[in-house]
Amino acid sequence: MYNYDNYDKQMLQERIVQFRDQTRRFQAGELSTEQFLPLRLQNGLYIQRLAPMLRVAIPYGCLSSRQLRKLASISRDYDKGYAHFSTRQNIQYNWPILEQVPDLLAELAEVEMHAIQTSGNCIRNTTTDQFAGVAVDEIEDSRPWCEIIRQWSSFHPEFAYLPRKFKIAVCGTPNDQAATQVHDIGLYIKKDDNGEIGFQVLVGGGLGRTPVIGATICEFLPWQHLLTYLDAIMRIYNRFGRRDNKYKARIKILVKEIGAEAFREKVEAEWLHDKDGSATLTQDEVERCKGFFTDPDYQELDNTNQAIEDAAASDLLFSHWLERNVAPHKKSGYRIVNLCLKETGVAPGDITDTQMEFVADLADKYSFGEVRVTHEQNLVLTDVRLQDLYVVYKALKTESLATPYLGLINDIVCCPGGDFCSLANAKSIPIAESIQRRFEDFDVQKNIGDITLNISGCMNACGHHHVGNIGILGVDKKGAEFYQVTLGGSSDRDTSLGKVLGPSFAQAEMPDVMEKIINVYLENRQENENFLATYNRIGMEPYKEKVYANAD
Amino acid sequence: MPTLIKDGQVVDNLWCLLEKGVDMNAALSDKAEQIIVPFALWQDHKDTLMESSKKIAVWLDSEDDPYELANDVIDLPLICLNFPVFRDGRAFSAAVILRERLNYQGEIRAIGDVLRDQLCYMKKCGMDSFDLADGVNVENALHAFNDFSTSYMSTMEEPLPLFRRR
Ligand code: SF4
Repeated sequence: MYNYDNYDKQMLQERIVQFRDQTRRFQAGELSTEQFLPLRLQNGLYIQRLAPMLRVAIPYGCLSSRQLRKLASISRDYDKGYAHFSTRQNIQYNWPILEQVPDLLAELAEVEMHAIQTSGNCIRNTTTDQFAGVAVDEIEDSRPWCEIIRQWSSFHPEFAYLPRKFKIAVCGTPNDQAATQVHDIGLYIKKDDNGEIGFQVLVGGGLGRTPVIGATICEFLPWQHLLTYLDAIMRIYNRFGRRDNKYKARIKILVKEIGAEAFREKVEAEWLHDKDGSATLTQDEVERCKGFFTDPDYQELDNTNQAIEDAAASDLLFSHWLERNVAPHKKSGYRIVNLCLKETGVAPGDITDTQMEFVADLADKYSFGEVRVTHEQNLVLTDVRLQDLYVVYKALKTESLATPYLGLINDIVCCPGGDFCSLANAKSIPIAESIQRRFEDFDVQKNIGDITLNISGCMNACGHHHVGNIGILGVDKKGAEFYQVTLGGSSDRDTSLGKVLGPSFAQAEMPDVMEKIINVYLENRQENENFLATYNRIGMEPYKEKVYANAD
Repeated sequence: MPTLIKDGQVVDNLWCLLEKGVDMNAALSDKAEQIIVPFALWQDHKDTLMESSKKIAVWLDSEDDPYELANDVIDLPLICLNFPVFRDGRAFSAAVILRERLNYQGEIRAIGDVLRDQLCYMKKCGMDSFDLADGVNVENALHAFNDFSTSYMSTMEEPLPLFRRR
């Protein structure tokens, strides 16, 4: 984990003092609502349907057990005893009180956390693959690079009032788990023939009203130039991104309007000035950052374990969990353990204070005190010994954290929707629950196999519905809540955007609609074909026919 | 006399800003001796303006291209950057371009909707005087420059990024 030094601490303290004063001036009437708006947003504070919402940054999804305990106590002391992991690896509190927010932020700072730039028209928290540093097939650990970007983007004076929000994702694995191609900037870490690190740079990806897959504007950017190149992209966007229409203000629209090639030329021309300047990264700085992300004290262990195999043979649920929730690790004798926060009846991504403390304890005991947050709204213990898996599993079960359906249909990605969010067109959480109830039987889920189902309560697409194999979008139909379904989306390395199935459905119809879609897949799938592969082969028609068969 | 903040102090504003659409006759017959002309007027009448007895400065609106001043920076003692509304952040980049790209050594002034809470970042981008929006308390605003004592990235105030100073 990165550790703050005095510079980091000082800037964080200065920010807290600054925001405390801004809040005071707002309450004293010295700042108008309009003037206070971007200030509170850049400190993570929304005014929501029922109360303010505070979004706390979890830099590239990495948490220490100490930080997780603090998040738990804050949820107890300032909120209603639970919190929500978002699809951007952040955590959200739904019920803080405005006057208490500066105190809450001061508490976060005790564990080197904050809510800075988690909202507003600025560079947001950089996200990455939740398996960074432990994935078997990793090209390069993305965390040090994310940290370098975090520092560069924090309090960047030139880019705090962009046309719109700005999201960067970094991916260091061939299997993209970071949805890299649907970010404003996506960075794939590569190695050249000499083993030198560089970045493939994509720009203009994004979801929302106009979903776009990012375009590559640089195939290989040597690592030294990362920050100067990012500065150049940001400057072009800051100057030329549209400001006349909020819905056309993201960088993707600029890239589309002038074309990726013209955009690239502008960036290159701008970059020429900065290239090799003082912001050029040094080997020392990269080494310094890498020094925070070294391997923990792994033991030398066998990569098989008889006791675990025996336990799996006698405990069916455990074997399901092993199969679904446990992933291979780069180190022999270790495994990556995924905690699925998708218990039926609980809003996807929600977690209670006691669960957080429990996970923190488990992390201390079994995983070197670290936890990761995923953009699928789950948690990860990255470094669990193979021999400990059964104990960990049984412990997780006591807190309802061992649901064995990671990557199955009930592992639904879902935004807070109309229950909390003031921008929503429709509720999303009850839809998730009704679908989970329909597919509750684990054997049914398992038979369906790998699939992603993503739900957003409005066009803003926080639930990433465009890139779900099945996507559900809440829409407003003359004041009533309806749901549009898309099929065929994916945020993998071969990113694709889902296509609309047809007219939208009422809430009560949704479980049936899902079941019909799944049945078309089951009837048509060929050996080992997952949902997406079958869809890609047979196309939309069979699904349409089945779902709308009795529509009149 | 109206005041502004310059180099961390409250000083009198000796310059008179001429609005967009002003014509040459009106500009040259203005009673002020130091005038800030809109960018379009400067582009069209640069030579005549420079030959006049007045001191001439230019103001850019947020969509104007600072690169177009590349050949003029040597002649201009003051360039103003307008914030039509405080959350329009284009002038931050314009200031960086003037300082870094065009090596402009004169005064860069923020004008328009210039509020206290953006001052610190404006200064880090190379602006050095601030004509505050109506209603902003000048004395209070002076404190804003201390909001952040340093920065991670390279800025006009501290060209070396923190990683080269740590
Ligand atoms: S997708 Fe819409 S409803 Fe859901 S959290 Fe985002 S803004 Fe709110």
